[in-house]
Amino acid sequence: MSDIVDGRIQVPASVKAGEAFPVRIVIRHPMESGLRFDNDGKAIPQNTIRRFTARYGGKEVFTAQLGSGVGANPYLQFFVRANQSGEVVCDWVDDRGVTGVVKAMVAVTA
Amino acid sequence: MSLHALLLKWLLGWLLVWIAVPSHAQDLFSRTLPLPEIRSGIASSSIDLQKMQADDFGNPGMLWIERGAKLWSAAPAGQKSCAGCHGDAAQVMKGVALRYPALVRDGATEKLLNLEGRINLCRTTQQRQAAFAFESEELLALTALVAHQSRGQRLTREMDEALKPHFSRAKNLYFTRVGQLNLACNHCHEINAGKRLLQETISQGHGNGYPAYRLEWQNLGSLQRRLRACFSGVRAGIPAFGSEELNGLELFLQWRGEGLSVETPAVRR
Repeated sequence: MSDIVDGRIQVPASVKAGEAFPVRIVIRHPMESGLRFDNDGKAIPQNTIRRFTARYGGKEVFTAQLGSGVGANPYLQFFVRANQSGEVVCDWVDDRGVTGVVKAMVAVTA
Repeated sequence: MSLHALLLKWLLGWLLVWIAVPSHAQDLFSRTLPLPEIRSGIASSSIDLQKMQADDFGNPGMLWIERGAKLWSAAPAGQKSCAGCHGDAAQVMKGVALRYPALVRDGATEKLLNLEGRINLCRTTQQRQAAFAFESEELLALTALVAHQSRGQRLTREMDEALKPHFSRAKNLYFTRVGQLNLACNHCHEINAGKRLLQETISQGHGNGYPAYRLEWQNLGSLQRRLRACFSGVRAGIPAFGSEELNGLELFLQWRGEGLSVETPAVRR
């Protein structure tokens, strides 16, 4: 896998105020466990997503620490309750310090 | 000559004819797997896997489609992007995957190229860039993007005279025992298809979902990578990516899977 780390985010087009809605994330990441060896017998260093943070309107709503037990290209889903429209911003950092971010606007209706 | 000797000679003559012509070669387009019995690999996959493939968000292969779309419109320095010549992939690449592998003129010669080979030819001759390596992120993403535009369309392949020699060689290879396990493709994927191999249901071995996301690979991979895994599995010599053998097998598999829908990017175990 190359150095390019990107992801996808999905939220409902519009949600009702106060009602929980799902946020779905897929991140393209090798999630290298650190337990494998390359063709020359050299150990491949661990490279997993160390910290994942989701914010809604600037407020932290979900965090996760993914380790070597999670497979490549992880899929995450969590629920958020909102009273006003805002932006979901998810960012992450891996063991090499490479960061990624995905964003989506959520329209809240009364 | 006695009547017995004549009869023996007549019988021997027929026996020789029968031995000389392998049964599948009698008619180049005879099918050992009849059309009504053809099943996609997804049919014998678990419900979880079927749901994963059907979900355009959860399907990890879609990450490569998105990346392919970015590459499609990214121009190398001083050159046109793919979109610069071809336009919108969603419009112009519809059905293209159904026509590959195909014979493509490269300089003075005509070569059988699969989709990957065709994309790389465009890249070296039109964009004047170094060819992408086989199984590189870029080549997989672009191939998946192009093949994805044919999703839902049904495989069908007419063989013209120029393709017949390639088809014939590939069909022969398909029915030839290879490797230390001494197995031909049809031994697993036709005679024993649907039975269990440890935890796995043996598929009919169609290529309609490739490039596909395989959980075993934790990555998207091409049909040729999958075919090479089979050669390795029966302990045979492994043909190179883009070789005549593998391009030919792709062509044969496309004909063999007639009627199956393209599923790219499919999800497989």
